[in-house]
Amino acid sequence: MSAHAVEVVGVAQAFGARTVFHDVSFEVETGEVFVILGGSGCGKSVLLSLIVGLRKPTAGRVLVLGQDMYAGDAAAHGVALRRIGVMFQSGALFGSMTLLENVLLPLEMYAKLPREAREAVARAKLAQVGLADAADLMPAEISGGMAKRAAIARAMALDPPVIFLDEPSAGLDPITSAGLDALILELRRTQGTTFVVVTHELDSILAIADRCIMLDRAAQGVIARGDPRRLREESTNPTVHAFFHRQALAA
Amino acid sequence: MGLTVERRGSARTLVLSGRLDAASVARLWSEVVREAAAARRRALILDLAGISSWDAAGTALLLAAERAHGGSVELQGASVEVAEALARLRQAPRPAPAHTDTLGWLYRGLAAIPGGIAFIGEAAVAAVRLPRRARLFRVADVLRHADEGGVRGLPLALLLGFLIGLILAFQSLVPMRRFGADIYVANLGAIGLLRELGPLLAAVILAGRTGSAFAAEIGTMKVNQEIDALITLDLDPMTFLVLPRLAASLLVMPALTVVLELAGLVGMAVVLMSSGIPFAAISHQVTAWVAPADAIGGLAKAMVFGLVVAGIGCASGLSTGVGPRAVGQSATAAVVGGIVATILLDGLFAVVFYKLGW
Ligand SMILES: Nc1ncnc2c1ncn2[C@@H]1O[C@H](COP(=O)(O)OP(=O)(O)OP(=O)(O)O)[C@@H](O)[C@H]1O
Ligand SMILES: [Mg+2]
Repeated sequence: MSAHAVEVVGVAQAFGARTVFHDVSFEVETGEVFVILGGSGCGKSVLLSLIVGLRKPTAGRVLVLGQDMYAGDAAAHGVALRRIGVMFQSGALFGSMTLLENVLLPLEMYAKLPREAREAVARAKLAQVGLADAADLMPAEISGGMAKRAAIARAMALDPPVIFLDEPSAGLDPITSAGLDALILELRRTQGTTFVVVTHELDSILAIADRCIMLDRAAQGVIARGDPRRLREESTNPTVHAFFHRQALAA
Repeated sequence: MGLTVERRGSARTLVLSGRLDAASVARLWSEVVREAAAARRRALILDLAGISSWDAAGTALLLAAERAHGGSVELQGASVEVAEALARLRQAPRPAPAHTDTLGWLYRGLAAIPGGIAFIGEAAVAAVRLPRRARLFRVADVLRHADEGGVRGLPLALLLGFLIGLILAFQSLVPMRRFGADIYVANLGAIGLLRELGPLLAAVILAGRTGSAFAAEIGTMKVNQEIDALITLDLDPMTFLVLPRLAASLLVMPALTVVLELAGLVGMAVVLMSSGIPFAAISHQVTAWVAPADAIGGLAKAMVFGLVVAGIGCASGLSTGVGPRAVGQSATAAVVGGIVATILLDGLFAVVFYKLGW
């Protein structure tokens, strides 16, 4: 197996005649927190869906844990899928199940645990994201921020070595958001979990990111990569500079 | 807010004044565009010196005037902000002309065929692989769908069957009696119900109640990205969502059909008995003339209909586009597609059964 948790090689995505991005390449090392930045609509969520195997890119290759997400046999693909966790931007909780059942589902399907143990694990995961008391609520009965956290708990259910989070802290208050950052750092420290996180929150980026790439809609690709703290100080690209200093971009 | 048109030399000047907001733009839009279009071959000047305030609607009006004129337009007295906003708007792509296609329905129907074939293939593959993925196939889901589609559909099946039996017997009694053949109404009704109407009406009930529900449920999951979430959890939607629904429909269709047929026979018997034919005679006619093959053939048809109606419901759910309207469209497509497919298949069965001499 390669040392990279995720390897993206020259991917491009177009919808009809409209190109979202082209020639995006990067690697995520095992055990790092890798952040994908960029303005609204630049294709961060699309990029994430390509990486996790939901949409074959127009061009390029994606390897997750050494497994090509769009080639090879179905069984190996399934194994790779079971070793990643994904939180979608919308949460995408199963609307007909309680939060507990949402987290239980992957455990029921793939964890070889007795029934009580499964439930205990699911409740523990919910407690980790601060939802211990909401386990029996339906997704329609909780707030947007709670839905995101429940979705994170579901993504963590099988303790996958790689977790993808699409804007985990958008819509959360600063305290909860900081708690989430702490959870990410803790999982990385204790279990060596690799994270690929899409986020806009400057504070969060500076707190968790080892490295980042920044996508840009106008440039249709990556405009900056590296340590966000260095980018903040050193980047001469006007968009990158404006992003890290919360400025509007001059027309 | 006002508009005056001046003709200075060969140029035409539109002088706009006052507030240029959504309300005033709405009033002036057609007049401004008409004047601008009328000035096609001349120079057009937009005099904005008298504008006191403006918003996006005002900018849109200026752009519309420019486009109606087609040539270059001179702005006079425009503030920097207006000029900039207009410049930004100019860069936006022009909306593509809306082409109304009358054959849209036909086209969409034909376009659905490759997707439908792919769906059948995927469902078949999922069914073949089921033994290895048995865990994904939740029996509790089958029972829930069987309950919703079957048990809760029984009252409707009873009512519909009874009424159809009643009407069928009543309508045919009048002409048959003229030939003194009223007792044969029992044969007609029984054969018609068991071979034709029972399975057909049960399929219509399934399409209306269950096929649409499948499409709406799965469509909502699609819209909410729940299907994507299933895929990334390595829970194949075919095995997890579609197969239990197909199995449930396969299970409930015979029950729905039998109930409908029995209720229909009762309805028929009620009419015949009230017209003076004794029950013993009716039951003798029915048992003497109806072969088990009639009932069994009908039930086999019903099961095929059930599979097709449920499959179409799931397939239209899975092919749902984006937004809540798409969910509604999928539900409609499930009902229409289910009923049309049932009737087409029924015709096919009629031919096959005839050839087989059934
Ligand atoms: N299914 C689709 N069909 C067509 N275009 C799409 C589709 N999905 C996304 N796009 C387009 O791709 C672009 C990128 O979308 P994406 O959702 O990845 O943005 P994003 O970077 O995640 O933005 P945000 O920060 O607002 O979530 C957008 O311009 C969007 O219109
Ligand atoms: Mg996004």
